[in-house]
Amino acid sequence: MIAELGQVFLSLALILSLVLATVPLYGAHQNKPELMRMAHTLVIGHFVFALAAYLALTAAFLNHDFTVAYVATNSNLLLPWFYRVSAVWGGHEGSLLLWILMLAGWMVLVSVFSKNLPRAFVARVLSVMGMIAVGFLLFTLLTSNPFDRLLPGPLDGQDLNPLLQDPGMIFHPPLLYMGYVGFAVAFGFAIAGLLGGRVESQWVKWSRPWTLMAWAFLTVGIALGSWWAYYELGWGGWWFWDPVENASFIPWLIGTALIHSQAVTEKRGAFPAWTVLLAIAAFSMSLLGTFLVRSGVLTSVHAFANDPERGMFILGFMVVVTGGALLLYALRAPRIMTGKGFDFMSKETMLLLNNVFFAVSAAMVLLGTLYPLVIDLMGWGQISVGPPYFGAMFILLMTPVVMLMPLGPFSRWGQDNLWRVMFPMLATLAGALLAALVIVAWLDAWSWRAVTGWMGGLWLIAGSAHFLFDRHRSSRFGVPRHQLGMALAHAGVGVFVIGVAMVESATYERDVRLEPGQTVEVAGLAFTLDEVVSVKGPNWIAEEARFSVRRDGALIEKMTPQKRRYHQSGQTMTQVALRPGLFQDLYVAMGEQMDEQTNAWSMRIHIKPFIRWIWGGALMLAIGATLAASDKRYRLARKQQAAAVDVNAAPSRP
Amino acid sequence: MIRLLTPLVVFIGLIALLIVGMQSAEERKRVDSPLLGRPIPNLELPRLHEPDNKARTDERLGEPWVLNVWGSWCQSCRVEHPYILKLSENAGVPVVGFNWKDERADALRWLRQFGDAWAYHMVDFEGRAAIDLGVYGAPETFLIDHRGIIRHKHIGPIDEQSYADLMVRIGTLRDEASQ
Repeated sequence: MIAELGQVFLSLALILSLVLATVPLYGAHQNKPELMRMAHTLVIGHFVFALAAYLALTAAFLNHDFTVAYVATNSNLLLPWFYRVSAVWGGHEGSLLLWILMLAGWMVLVSVFSKNLPRAFVARVLSVMGMIAVGFLLFTLLTSNPFDRLLPGPLDGQDLNPLLQDPGMIFHPPLLYMGYVGFAVAFGFAIAGLLGGRVESQWVKWSRPWTLMAWAFLTVGIALGSWWAYYELGWGGWWFWDPVENASFIPWLIGTALIHSQAVTEKRGAFPAWTVLLAIAAFSMSLLGTFLVRSGVLTSVHAFANDPERGMFILGFMVVVTGGALLLYALRAPRIMTGKGFDFMSKETMLLLNNVFFAVSAAMVLLGTLYPLVIDLMGWGQISVGPPYFGAMFILLMTPVVMLMPLGPFSRWGQDNLWRVMFPMLATLAGALLAALVIVAWLDAWSWRAVTGWMGGLWLIAGSAHFLFDRHRSSRFGVPRHQLGMALAHAGVGVFVIGVAMVESATYERDVRLEPGQTVEVAGLAFTLDEVVSVKGPNWIAEEARFSVRRDGALIEKMTPQKRRYHQSGQTMTQVALRPGLFQDLYVAMGEQMDEQTNAWSMRIHIKPFIRWIWGGALMLAIGATLAASDKRYRLARKQQAAAVDVNAAPSRP
Repeated sequence: MIRLLTPLVVFIGLIALLIVGMQSAEERKRVDSPLLGRPIPNLELPRLHEPDNKARTDERLGEPWVLNVWGSWCQSCRVEHPYILKLSENAGVPVVGFNWKDERADALRWLRQFGDAWAYHMVDFEGRAAIDLGVYGAPETFLIDHRGIIRHKHIGPIDEQSYADLMVRIGTLRDEASQ
């Protein structure tokens, strides 16, 4: 019964989104306020029904309703309740439902927080987002209905993929989708800006906090995925350049370019068309990512059950959304404002360089991801593009970014002088380089990667600190949040760079055979295998190795890696034991039983220096973006707009 | 105007590529590998169970054999596993595993869990040799004749239908070898 209700809710959401996609847009075109005003009500209604459908599916999971095919394939009687709740998005159909719910949620937020924006503009934004909702609802109802019945239902389900039975996996997809879907807001603003007949110069400013928030979610989502891969897959790696990882990374790279080009367009009115194009591209690449995961066009370890029919639908949807947007862009872009010119040495140039490097990086990742397909189709053979290509390319493209990034915030709009920017920074630069050498010497981690990583990382951190110090001294009102956020994010890149350089150059790995009672020394730490015992979980049994880790005879940690066997699927999973630390992670994974008599096992012991800095840096990026998005200048801007003040006349210095 | 249409043109190209790519996704699995009809590259790789004892592709000359690409990370390999068992029982030719982009411990665990039906395994943890072999994804199954020529390649998991097809083809190769 509840499944049928869910179906009805989804259909009602579809009807409301159809109205939303058309009526307010028409109202904006004909300047009919009563039609435009409908948008808010429709958005709320759409959200309520999407939420109801989502809760219906959740209820089916909680009640073990195995007559729902989706529940039967993704749950089972022994699955704990919290994994039953997260299993809703554990497969293709349910993850689409989550996507729909999040889109509905973003639309409500846009509607609520845009009260001060011109009504026609908001109506257009919501209508464009409504069109996207129509596409996803149709996709779900026509090709991937999570409420399809399986009659007669099985007595027990097949269980959720054990890889997904993990806290990291509970949050990874929702955050990633929040980012993907969040770019729909930036997309909606850009399209509404193009649709607006008169010259709309301010939509860029209005869309900035939304873009920043979407980007922050995407950053955390990707970082969580990387963290999950690190501790769950048992390979000890943190990024694999898998097509699906790339699919989430491409929108991130474009989003990074977008938040920077928005700054230029808002403040100086420069390259507006480019900003529109990036907003279109960021969301289109999110759609492309969805397509790549679900169509079977590329082989990947992540792929959902592949289905060409679904692939065709998403492609058709992309043609409508992206193709329509690009056509509109070609027709309307000449009419959007063009900004002031700028000198070669200026903040505009710095931000343009950022855009060039990030857009090229995104293109290179896309190319690397699709290249095997092109080569194959051309009949030139079959190849696979792996980490060596991506790694080399990224070092090449990101080195100038790291070198220039600290200088960007100091440069002036319009016209500047390299020496003026560089001179006050010389001491900071020298200090950072010297500190890098001292730290590397102290860690005794001499290698090119470690040295350059520390130099680049400390240069970024010191440059950001220098910037904050300068602003703090020269401003009477304290440093505004958007500058604080930017400095924090830039320093986060530094932290990230250091983490990557250390993990890639100074990881200590050892594979050993151990019997209970034996001890192995790894980098000054003594790992003693005390015993190997059997333990039992709710839906698995496991062999558990119990380690005592001592430094100079003093116990510092007990570590218990497991090899779990899940009852229903029979799958075995390696549960890694981790001792996370700011400067190093201890990582123990169980290998194979080598000898039954003595109960000897092969064990993999890693010491990973600074790996937390990778995710710490990502977290700083996200917090920085959130801080910047919460700056009161965006709220003030709306009030000003209500009073119809021309922002072009506003001072250009931040 | 031309400049403004550039993104649209690029996008149309991308969509065309994806449509062709998807429509041929099934077909590409059947498309003849460039190595088809050519000798199998001479590879020397460690064995999974005895890493110090290298296995060579040319030591199989003289009889037809099957090379099956798999990895413990590969879901579809679990799906086709029962057919590998049947193949090694009934084909009458060696079925050699090609353990791709894997880790030794993971691979051994996987074999212990599901059963090791292969004659032996060559390992290619970095995936370099797989490029020479034109491996597109796992699982993949190559049929090699007694002269070391790659005669057939099946991409994707073996199912009932492709199992029957492989058995017929192996029969032909065996006849050729005995002539």
